[in-house]
Amino acid sequence: MMLGDALIVSAILFTIGVVGVLTRRNAIILFMCVELMLNAVNLSFVTFAKLHGVGGHVFVIIVMTIAAAEAAVGLAIVISVFRHFGAVDLQNLKLLRR
Amino acid sequence: MAALQTASAHPLDGSLAEWVWLLPLLPLLGALLNGALVLWPRLSGVTAEHASLDAREAETGRRLAGTRWLTSIVGPGVMLAAFALAVAIFSTMRGTADLVTPFVRTYASWMPVGDLSIDWGVQLDQLSVLMSLVITGVGFLIHVFSVGYMASDGGYARYFAYLNLFVAAMLVLVLGSSYPVMFVGWEGVGLASYLLIGFWFSEKANADAGKKAFIVNRIGDFGFLVAMFLLFSTTGTLDFVGAHSALAMASPAVFTAAALFLFLGCAGKSAQLPLYIWLPDAMAGPTPVSALIHAATMVTGGVYLVARASPVFAGAPEVSLFVALIGAITALFAATIALRQWDIKKVLAYSTISQLGYMFVAVGTGAYAAGVFHLVTHAFFKALLFLGAGAVIHAMHAAYHHAHQHDQDAQDLRNMGGLRRYLPITSATMWLATLAIAGVPPLAGFFSKDEILASVFARAQGSPLASATLLGVPGSALLYLIYAVGIITALLTAIYMTRLMLLAFTGANRTGDQASAGLHEAPSVMTIPMIALAVLTVVGGWLNLPELLPLGPTHLLSDWLDPVTGDASRVLGGTAHLDHGTELMLVGTAVAIALIGIGIAYARFRSPVATRENAVPETGIAALLGDAYRVDAGLDRTLVQPLGVFASRVLWQGIDQRIDRAFVAGGALITRVAGQAHDALGAGDVGRYAWVIVLGVLAMLAAFTLR
Repeated sequence: MMLGDALIVSAILFTIGVVGVLTRRNAIILFMCVELMLNAVNLSFVTFAKLHGVGGHVFVIIVMTIAAAEAAVGLAIVISVFRHFGAVDLQNLKLLRR
Repeated sequence: MAALQTASAHPLDGSLAEWVWLLPLLPLLGALLNGALVLWPRLSGVTAEHASLDAREAETGRRLAGTRWLTSIVGPGVMLAAFALAVAIFSTMRGTADLVTPFVRTYASWMPVGDLSIDWGVQLDQLSVLMSLVITGVGFLIHVFSVGYMASDGGYARYFAYLNLFVAAMLVLVLGSSYPVMFVGWEGVGLASYLLIGFWFSEKANADAGKKAFIVNRIGDFGFLVAMFLLFSTTGTLDFVGAHSALAMASPAVFTAAALFLFLGCAGKSAQLPLYIWLPDAMAGPTPVSALIHAATMVTGGVYLVARASPVFAGAPEVSLFVALIGAITALFAATIALRQWDIKKVLAYSTISQLGYMFVAVGTGAYAAGVFHLVTHAFFKALLFLGAGAVIHAMHAAYHHAHQHDQDAQDLRNMGGLRRYLPITSATMWLATLAIAGVPPLAGFFSKDEILASVFARAQGSPLASATLLGVPGSALLYLIYAVGIITALLTAIYMTRLMLLAFTGANRTGDQASAGLHEAPSVMTIPMIALAVLTVVGGWLNLPELLPLGPTHLLSDWLDPVTGDASRVLGGTAHLDHGTELMLVGTAVAIALIGIGIAYARFRSPVATRENAVPETGIAALLGDAYRVDAGLDRTLVQPLGVFASRVLWQGIDQRIDRAFVAGGALITRVAGQAHDALGAGDVGRYAWVIVLGVLAMLAAFTLR
C-alpha cells in the first residue's frame, strides 16, 4: 500500500528529526533536524492530499514558505550566536537560567 | 456634656458638681500635652533619648531647653486647676443639705452586651470627693516639688506626662461609678506606676522593678476580676449603687467569696502580705513618684476599694476579720524590716507597707472612717517624708557629683549624718512628719492612729465583729490580738523613724570632706511644698477630732463619710463605744509607747556608725531583717527559678521548639524540595525544554490513543 509506506517514511523522518533536536548540541544540526521534521510533516500532508483533496498541497506550500522565512531568521540568530560565543554550541545558550 | 440617663432629682442637679467629668480630664490633658512635647522633637529628627546616660542628659537638656518652661507650667498647672475644681465641688457639697445618695452621672455607653450594660459614669459622693481632694491637693504639691527635683533630668517632659497620666487614672479610680470603670483607673494607675518605677530604664534593675510591680499586681487584679464576675452573676449589674442594693438578697457565701476576692485585689495594689514584695523595689523610681504613687495615693487604692465596697465586706464579718488580721500582721512584719534598712527610701517603703496595714486594720474592723482618716493623714506626712528624702538624696547626689564620686550611694543612711546643718528646712519638716507618724500629739498621725487603735479596742469589747469567728477563733480574741500588734507596731514605728532621722540629720557628717562641701538645701520650689505638707501634718488631725480632745468640732470626717460607709460600719461594729476613762487610758498608752520608742531610738542610735564602705557585714537577726527576712531570695528559689526552668525546659525547648521543628522547619523543607525540583526543570537549558515538550506530546498522544 503506497499511502501506508509514505506515512511510515514520514514518521521515521519525523522521529529522526525529534531525536536529533533532543540529542544534538550544534545549532546548525539542530536547525537541520527541525527542517527534517517540517518536511516529514509535509510528506504526510501530500500523502493525505491523495485522500482528502487539494488542501494538503496548499498547506505544504504555506509550510515551505514559512520554513524559508524561518530559516532566514534562524540562520541570522545562529550567526549572531557564533559572533558572540565564537561557537554554535547550544550549551552556551543558558541566559534563561535564573 | 449631656447625661444619657438622669436619676431622680438629686440635690446636686445643675450645681457645680455637674463639672465633675472635667476632674480626670484635666490631668489627662496635661499628660497629652507633655507627651506631645516629648514626641515632637523626636519626630522632627533629633536623636533618641537614650544613647548613654551622660550623652542623653546633655543632648536632651539642650534639646528640651526650649520647651522645659512649658512643661513646668502645664504639669503642675493642670493639677492646680483640678485641685481648684475639686475644692469648688467639695464646698458645693458642703453647702448642700440632705446629701445621702451619691450623685451619679453617666456620659456614654461603654459595654452594652445583652444583660450587661456598663457606662462611662462618675459617682460623686462624700468618699470620692475626699479622695479627689487628697489626690489633686497632695498631687499638686508633689508636682511642684518635681519641678525642682527633676530639673536636670533629660526625661523632664516624659516624667510629667507619666505623672499627669497617673493622676488622671487615679481620679478615674476614685470617681468611677461602677466596678469596671474603677478597674480602668485601677489598671491605669498600675500602668503609670510601672512607667515611673522604670523611669530610668537604661539601668536593668529599674526596669526589672517595674516589671515586678506589674506582675505582682496582676495576681491581685485576678482577684478583683473574679469578684466582679461574681457580683455580676449574682446581681446582674456592676454599678456600685445597683450592685450593692441588689446584693442584699444574696447568700452569705457570695458575700464571703466576693469580699475575699476583692481583698486579694486590695492586697496586690496596697502591698499587703503576701503581695507586698513589689513595693520596696518600686523605690527604683524617682523619689517624688514614691511620694505620690507609692505612699500617698495609689497604694491606698485598696483601702479605698474596701471602703467603697463596704456593703460587701459588711456582709462577710469573717472576711473583715481576716482583712484586719492580714493588715495587723503586715504592719508588724514590715515595721520589723524597716528597723534594719540602710537605704533611706527602703525604710520609708517598709514604713508605708506598715501604715497601709494599719489602714486595713481599720477598714477590716469596720472603722471605715478611721481608715480613710489615716489614709488622708498618712498621705500628708508620708508624702512629706518622701519629699524630704528626695531633698536629701538630691543634696547627696549633687554633693557626690560635685566631688566626682559617682560610685557612692546617695541613698545610704551610713553616708549621711549631720545633714541638719546643710538642710535645715528639710530637717525640721521631716522631724514634724516623724513625730506625726510616731503618734506624738497633737500631730495628724496621733489622731488617726489613735482612732484606729481605739476602734479596734472598742469592737473587741463587744460588737457583731467580736461575736463572729474566723476559722474557729472568736473575733473578740482576734481583735485584742490585733490591738496588741498595733501597739507593738506603733513602738517599732517610733523607733525606726527616729533612727532614720538620727542617722541622717544628727551627729557628725559622714559624706566625706570633699563631697560635703557640695551639700546644700533644696531650692525653694522643693522646700515650699514640703512646708505646705508640714502644715497639713500639723493641722490634719483637726479633720476628725475625738470627743475626748474637743479642740474644735469633733468627728468632722466621720460625720462627712457617714452616708457612704456609716451603715456598713454599724453592721460590723455595732454601736461599740468606749467610755472616756478607757479611752483616756488607750490614748495615754499610745502616747507613752510613741515616746518610749523615740527614747529607745535615741539611746540606741546616737552612737556613730561606720560609712557604707567601712561597714562590717551584719550577722544574725540584724542581717535577717536587713535582708527583709530573705523573702525575695526565697521566692526566687521556690517560685521564680522553677518557673524560669519550666519556661525554658518545657515551654520553650519542649513545646515551642518542637512546634518550630515540626511546622516551621518542616514547611521550609517542603518548600525547599519543591524549589529544587522546579529549579532542575527550569534550568534554562533549551534541550531539556525540548525533552519536556516531546514527553508532553507523547503523553497527550498516549492519552488520546489509549482512551
